[in-house]
Amino acid sequence: MSEIRIPKLETAAPPKMETASAVSSSAAAQSSSTPASEIRRFLHSRGNSAIADRAFSGLMLTCALSIFGIVILIATELVLRSQLSWHKFGLAFFYKFNVDPDTHLPTFWDPVSGTFYALPFLYGTLISSLVALVIAVPLAIGVAIFLTEMCPKFLRGPLGFVTELLAAIPSVVYGLWAVFVLVPLLREHINPVFMSVFNNPAVVKLFGWTGLVGDTGLFGGSNYGLGMLAAGTILAIMILPIISSLTREVMNAVPNSQREAVLALGATRWEMIRMGVLRNARIGIVGSVILGLGRALGETMAVAMVIGNRPEIQKSLLSLGYSMASVIANEFSEASDNLYLSALIEIGLALFIVTIIVNALARVLVWAVTRGTPARVQ
Amino acid sequence: MRERKNQYSARSTMRWLADHLATALAVLATILVIAPLVAIFVYLIYKGASSLNLAFFTQIPKPVGEPGGGMANAIVGSAVLLAIASLIGVPIGIGGGIYLAEFGRGTKLANAVRFTADVLNGVPSIVMGIAVYSLIVVPQGHFSAFSGGVGLGIMMIPTVTRTTEEMLLMVPNAVREAALGLGVPNWRSVLSITLKTASPGVITGCMLAFARVAGETAPLIFTAFGNQFWSVSLNQPIAALPLQIYVYAISPYDEWHRLAWAGALVLIILIVLAVSLVRYVASRGILKGAS
Repeated sequence: MSEIRIPKLETAAPPKMETASAVSSSAAAQSSSTPASEIRRFLHSRGNSAIADRAFSGLMLTCALSIFGIVILIATELVLRSQLSWHKFGLAFFYKFNVDPDTHLPTFWDPVSGTFYALPFLYGTLISSLVALVIAVPLAIGVAIFLTEMCPKFLRGPLGFVTELLAAIPSVVYGLWAVFVLVPLLREHINPVFMSVFNNPAVVKLFGWTGLVGDTGLFGGSNYGLGMLAAGTILAIMILPIISSLTREVMNAVPNSQREAVLALGATRWEMIRMGVLRNARIGIVGSVILGLGRALGETMAVAMVIGNRPEIQKSLLSLGYSMASVIANEFSEASDNLYLSALIEIGLALFIVTIIVNALARVLVWAVTRGTPARVQ
Repeated sequence: MRERKNQYSARSTMRWLADHLATALAVLATILVIAPLVAIFVYLIYKGASSLNLAFFTQIPKPVGEPGGGMANAIVGSAVLLAIASLIGVPIGIGGGIYLAEFGRGTKLANAVRFTADVLNGVPSIVMGIAVYSLIVVPQGHFSAFSGGVGLGIMMIPTVTRTTEEMLLMVPNAVREAALGLGVPNWRSVLSITLKTASPGVITGCMLAFARVAGETAPLIFTAFGNQFWSVSLNQPIAALPLQIYVYAISPYDEWHRLAWAGALVLIILIVLAVSLVRYVASRGILKGAS
């Protein structure tokens, strides 16, 4: 504390609540020699810091309130600028489509003819995020379990650092890697395996009724490498660190007495984790998964680079798609007319509302576990 | 373990198996998570280092077809954008953090601000881009470096606010009381005593926010827009490293792919340095004065 500079003051000046005791003691010491009015006059002549204090706390309050300001500003701008599309299409924007009279194929998004329906983007965002969650959640929970319950102490620090690093890599670098490494890998090695399993005649015969196998199933159609599966995989890699670090936090919040109690009853380590830790932490784990979902929904650049950018709805995970965030990124700066721009901003508004709800929900769930109350005994 | 397995019933064997299976799966999950990270880094270094040279840092992009060229304008552009962003994000963020930790502790308003900051943190950056576009680019009538900087600055505010708050809360109350007891005005005590004590932590928080927005591409696409030429004017479109990487990565030219890898390597090195620094300072103890 030696280097902290205390401003030179001759007397205890500020009549603040926190300093009441200090002020009164020095005032009492002085009042024995001088009349009280003189002290008051002296203190007045020095000025008191009430004005400066109030101004300072007001300034800090303004800074804090600016966060509300930003949210309100974003919301109003998005609502105002999407009016045109809202008046033209209404709620149908999110579920309708036109059917081409010649080919009988649905048309969702055609800037040339002024057709703007957002269904394929909703679908692409949802499916790619779901694929990401399916891949990421088991892995993230596995990592969290390993790091909190099993990992030798000397590995804990470095491994935690590595997962933190994953979170620090920019989206565009993930995208770059996905385009040049992940997509070829999927196209040459991984997709053929899935295709040979899912499109195998024997499998089709057995599970054909589910509609998930064969040419029209999850792995039917042509194999570009790009597409929903590629987008989901890169999203999974990106949301893994978020889910696993929050899950770790939640699991660390489970009191050790819970673990000790279960172990004392003769449980194995896995039973201890299952009964003592996971069960107490499950609400927080759900919260962290939802937070990961929020990230996946809004992720832009990496998805835009690998999802294929085609506004269509197809069941196959190998097909090209489009997501809400990536359509904005790709088409916003070239949107020529107002309706086109307004439709894109309406997609942005939908994304904003959905991510706000998802994030708020996740925060509440995580907070419910980590707020410091002892975990409930099941 | 082996003895136990023989000694007890089949049920016990199952439990033993489940335990070891779970351990194996957790280890496998950890390996699977680390694999892509290693793959990304190895590939980045392999691809990026081979195309990184002096020209990369000194030249501006060459037209398609001509070999060579660099990203000097993008590096400078990123620096300009990040300077604007820090000028906006750091003071407001620290101010918000001071309010949360020093003035509003425990109040409903502070809780609401904290919650909103956390939620704002999760709002996609592309949405921020749209908001800044409608607020600044549309009234101005053109893309500009200033709008890009504002967009990034807004994104820094919630992160800086939350880390500042957390760091200030770690300053022991005795320090505050000592300052106030000596008759220091409250505002002075907050700035020169509490904030100064917590400054290493606050700085690392700012670095973390800085590292995060340094790699942001989405909010820049229609605010800073990118530029193939030298420009440091705040009123003109400006190049940025992540934006340039994006444009080059989706281009069909090998030469540009090479530059994209080099750019990504530079970006990653900067960010990893920042994160390691944060980690180092954090492990050394966040507060130098208080113990």
